[in-house]
Amino acid sequence: MKSAVLVFPGINRERDMARALKLASGHDAAMVWHAETALPAGTDLVVVPGGFSYGDYLRCGAIAARAPVMDAVRAHAAKGGLVLGVCNGFQILCESGLLPGVLMRNAKLKFICKDVHLRVERSDSPFTRGYNAGQVIRVPVAHGEGNYEADHDTVERLEGDGRVLYRYCSPDGELGDGFNTNGATNSIAGIVSDKGNVLGMMPHPENHVEEIMGCTDGRGLFAGLVAHLDKAA
Amino acid sequence: MKARVTVTLKSGILDPQGKAIEGALKSLGVDGVASVRQGKVFDIEIAGTDKAKAEAALKEAADKLLANTVIENYRVEVVG
Repeated sequence: MKSAVLVFPGINRERDMARALKLASGHDAAMVWHAETALPAGTDLVVVPGGFSYGDYLRCGAIAARAPVMDAVRAHAAKGGLVLGVCNGFQILCESGLLPGVLMRNAKLKFICKDVHLRVERSDSPFTRGYNAGQVIRVPVAHGEGNYEADHDTVERLEGDGRVLYRYCSPDGELGDGFNTNGATNSIAGIVSDKGNVLGMMPHPENHVEEIMGCTDGRGLFAGLVAHLDKAA
Repeated sequence: MKARVTVTLKSGILDPQGKAIEGALKSLGVDGVASVRQGKVFDIEIAGTDKAKAEAALKEAADKLLANTVIENYRVEVVG
């Protein structure tokens, strides 16, 4: 798996992400500066990491979404290439039009930094094939604006087409307001594009991939991507 | 020319910041506050004197960057 991790000013999770990608694939990820106009040849997966691009000025992800490199990412996605956006990366993908909807302030206005449980809704996507449908995983969140909102028709379409891949839930996989960390519509933690090749999610699977992190539940996402690409090759 | 772009949340979009401000104003005892919605104002200096051109440029700025039209409306004014 050849991965490219985008780097914007103010991003701070790019090295965690590169480490998780290396662990899963055995290959170093290319770090791609926002001013580049092309991705490295042969890139399978583009990752938009977390952090605070441009200090969250204007709206989270708004300025990064208009960076030169994003045209190359749009072209990559249009050809069916895989794109993963985590946290600020999810916000950037929504702002760039690659994913619908918007990440609003958390319902209780607080920045939330803790482990949450996620229910994997289906296992037949490149982004979830390392898990079983209905499986519950534990991964950290760290965000102030992760409350996913979209207009009624968009939410209906996402649900109807099975494009919600991850939801906030209890340790047993139950849904409910008490487990919906940031107040997101339908407890949505991660969604894919209409073609299923672009995933945005608020939680950080890259921060639960090694024993020293206290949990390795995030590994499945990366292992699934590697397996998907090996099968396609 | 001086211009102003005002960006506001569409009605029906939850505005937790506005709600918090509303609560604070009520607890301060400010009379008659029914509700608060928070928005943004951009004061922009436009080169040239063509008002129609300026309005077009401001609209482009709002559509491309200043507003997220999924959740926000905007208003453009050339003040002169």
